[in-house]
Amino acid sequence: MRKVLMGNHAATLGAVLARAQVVAAYPITPATQVVELIAEMEAKGEFSGRFMRIESEHSAMAALLGAASAGARCFTATSSQGLAYMHELLHWVSGARLPIVMVDVNRALAAPWNLWTDQTDSLSQRDTGWIQLYCATNQEVLDTVLQAYKIAERVQLPAMVVLDGFTLSHVYEPVDVPTQEQADAFLPPWDAPRRLDPAAPAGFGAMEGPKGYMRLRKRLALDMERAEDETERAGAEFGREFGRDYGVIETYRTADADTVLLTSGAVGSTAKQAVDELREAGRKAGVVRVRLFRPFPAKTLRRVLRQGQKVAVVDRNYSQGQQGIFCEELKAAMYGLPERPEIYGYVAGLGGGDITVELLKEIWLETDSGKASALEPAWMEDPR
Amino acid sequence: MPRLKIDENLPVVHVSDRSTLENLTGSWRTMAPRLRPEKCTGCMLCWKYCPDACIEMIDGRPVIDMDHCKGCGICVAECPPKCLIMVEEGAR
Repeated sequence: MRKVLMGNHAATLGAVLARAQVVAAYPITPATQVVELIAEMEAKGEFSGRFMRIESEHSAMAALLGAASAGARCFTATSSQGLAYMHELLHWVSGARLPIVMVDVNRALAAPWNLWTDQTDSLSQRDTGWIQLYCATNQEVLDTVLQAYKIAERVQLPAMVVLDGFTLSHVYEPVDVPTQEQADAFLPPWDAPRRLDPAAPAGFGAMEGPKGYMRLRKRLALDMERAEDETERAGAEFGREFGRDYGVIETYRTADADTVLLTSGAVGSTAKQAVDELREAGRKAGVVRVRLFRPFPAKTLRRVLRQGQKVAVVDRNYSQGQQGIFCEELKAAMYGLPERPEIYGYVAGLGGGDITVELLKEIWLETDSGKASALEPAWMEDPR
Repeated sequence: MPRLKIDENLPVVHVSDRSTLENLTGSWRTMAPRLRPEKCTGCMLCWKYCPDACIEMIDGRPVIDMDHCKGCGICVAECPPKCLIMVEEGAR
């Protein structure tokens, strides 16, 4: 059924349709409504899982660590400071190989206080062993929560579904909401390969020496690597069921593009409009929107981007002392290839500044004209 | 080259069927709590605060499992009548 939904409620319906069994959460703007609606649906009897009110984000993830260890399908949502507070438990969950799905609504980290969208919160968690998927529309948010369970459960790793604060979280868009029967046909119940069981006591995650630890980490690395193909597979299966295909990246008019805008999240939608306008002016422009950030889809990007092409990476995030994070990851993925595109970094919209069609066109034109620096990122501000 | 051998047997998680009771953490101790039973009121605060749950109340008095007590001293710090004291490990 087609409904008009804010991004946060699209995320909620994804989790409810996935039949999440345990939700533990602590509210934080701009993610609060994700779990607020689950609590409301539980109170009305429309959500049959267990909703746990908890005293902090750290405890919320700890509660899910326990529930998932007992074999439950688990969900939570947070943002910014809340995600930072969860950090320790994120490692515990991935190390325990529990396929928990969490929505993170991008919001800038303090200080100073800022509520608006910025990807540095989720990208700061890139080394925690969580799969990360970035969404461009509210439809994609709902669809990605369903796919995230499938990917996570197949590789036994947790997954984070990321959406832009306010730009998606609080903006209403038409969303096609699947029926429960359709969702069930796509996503079977989670049958955990291991679970806490009083009848067969066991200790999970007990002390392990260097030799055992190294093997566990390598196994995690192999399964994380596998998540690139599993994301393609789940996206294709979703397409067959619902008519909406998803991959690790989305390309738009890239086939003959001289210069490509590479970005993520809702900016990926804006970039399409910028490219349409550049094409109308006779320019060969294209967009690559990176949907899967962890594992980084190096295999796919190496295939799509080519020698002679210029790539302008637009990052709404920054790694202090380094550069925009998608830019540095893309450079690392391309380094060492005998043939590779030229890569230029742009940092824009930190703390929620608008990344407009006009700004994206200017970034494209500067890169296309060969005036961009390949060594240092350009910090952009839209004066309009 | 000494590369990590990668095969199908790389474990996903480490699951142990051994009880943590086997881990005799009492050997970590350099100081030990000692009870002066005549002053004990049986208030159970030591039982409640012990972070390793190694105090058991028997006949209204605390009995400390010295195989697992790490000698952290929290029971001593919390004991209102000061009937628990810390002594050097091995002291008589």
